[in-house]
Amino acid sequence: MADPQLVEKIMENYKKNLPKKIFDELKEKLISLNASEDQLNKIIEEVYREYLNSLIEPGEAVGTVAAQSVGEPGTQMTLRTFHYAGVREFNVTLGLPRLIEIVDARRTPSTPTMIIRLDEEHKYSLEKAKEVASKIERITIENIAKSIEYDMINSSFIIEIDEEIAHDKGIDLEYVAKVLGRLKVGNVEIEGNKIIVHCETTSIDKIKRLREKILDLRLKGVKGIKRVLVQKEGDEYVIYTDGSNLAGVLQIKGIDPYKVYTNNIFEIAEVLGIEAARAAIIREAYQVLDQQGLDVDIRHVMLIADLMTMTGRIRQIGRHGVSGEKSSVLARAAFEVTVKHLLEAAAHGEEDALEGVTENVIVGQSIPLGTGIIELLMHFPRRGG
Amino acid sequence: MSKFDIFKHELVPKAVVLSKEEVEELRRLYGIRKEQLPWIRRSDPMCRALGAKPGDVIKIIRKSPVAGEAIAYRYVVPW
Repeated sequence: MADPQLVEKIMENYKKNLPKKIFDELKEKLISLNASEDQLNKIIEEVYREYLNSLIEPGEAVGTVAAQSVGEPGTQMTLRTFHYAGVREFNVTLGLPRLIEIVDARRTPSTPTMIIRLDEEHKYSLEKAKEVASKIERITIENIAKSIEYDMINSSFIIEIDEEIAHDKGIDLEYVAKVLGRLKVGNVEIEGNKIIVHCETTSIDKIKRLREKILDLRLKGVKGIKRVLVQKEGDEYVIYTDGSNLAGVLQIKGIDPYKVYTNNIFEIAEVLGIEAARAAIIREAYQVLDQQGLDVDIRHVMLIADLMTMTGRIRQIGRHGVSGEKSSVLARAAFEVTVKHLLEAAAHGEEDALEGVTENVIVGQSIPLGTGIIELLMHFPRRGG
Repeated sequence: MSKFDIFKHELVPKAVVLSKEEVEELRRLYGIRKEQLPWIRRSDPMCRALGAKPGDVIKIIRKSPVAGEAIAYRYVVPW
């Protein structure tokens, strides 16, 4: 056993130069080692040298390597494309379609879902978890109505409510009537299990639209959350949802607001900021690759996420994002829609400084990568010294 | 519910606004202009929580699965 204080003292200088993880691990190992101060010093030096050797060299084509490292496993995924794996009853897009969704920065994923963890009070009891879940699930009139009819003679809608379902969801008729009243279409009456909404208009078009509006009227829950599912995970209950609305769910009491997760990256960017979105992109993309059993180094995914969030908003990898915003005309033209870019550049009299890789490949010069990234300037000695 | 603090969320890393001197030091260390750093918008929830103004540089202390802890910087842009 080496003296912890001695190890601490020797390692002091390396604290800034070594990553925290390596530093901590090294420290722990050194303390458990039975070594002299001299030996300790040598070990640390050796570790530091190895660390420096493992760093990426300036000029290394990290982007190309990342593209290859994600792209090649992607070709293996294509065969298993459009497979859905359910969280019991839900379908969640996985595999290549989901990966494309992420790098294309689609505003809404094809299957938005949320994972909502509960606070201390609610997470250990199924009853209480269900109580929270019912506050989140969006319930419309359509969900609790048996039928909806339009009475031509009295020009009114007759909505028959399924009282059993309504009771199950914790909604009574008075409440439904109150919400309908807020629509401001006319008087609302309750008759047994029927609700009658009088409306003034007689135009068929308007009535049709009104019918849709009534059916889609939100009685309770969070906008956009279509279904919820309470599942047990370990000793706590977790809510899974179909549909996503981060800002809305954060308002609900009984959840743990600091652990809410959604697979809608744009919502995360809006509510939690671009850094959280970066973390979410990494998490989502890596998860897809991992689920498919593909062992891709997370650093490649991190690079992609960094590039996508560089400008403070989420950009897609492609024509409308990263590639389309390159400063070089030739590089843009080489990617997609060649003619459009060349024509526009000609019309605007654009210049190309030939600073990137693609442009230089096109004109046949050495590319600014690896050793080519170094630019040499001659130093002319002044007269007399 | 008490006010929602985004920094407590598991996806949001810790962040601080750098002082003028620190920005200068950072600039000299990397030999770059501060606009060459990645950007963050003034309207970003993180910027609003920190009260950062355009022209500021934010230091972000991310939790990284590879390095344990990784430091990144973002330059606040005015849109």
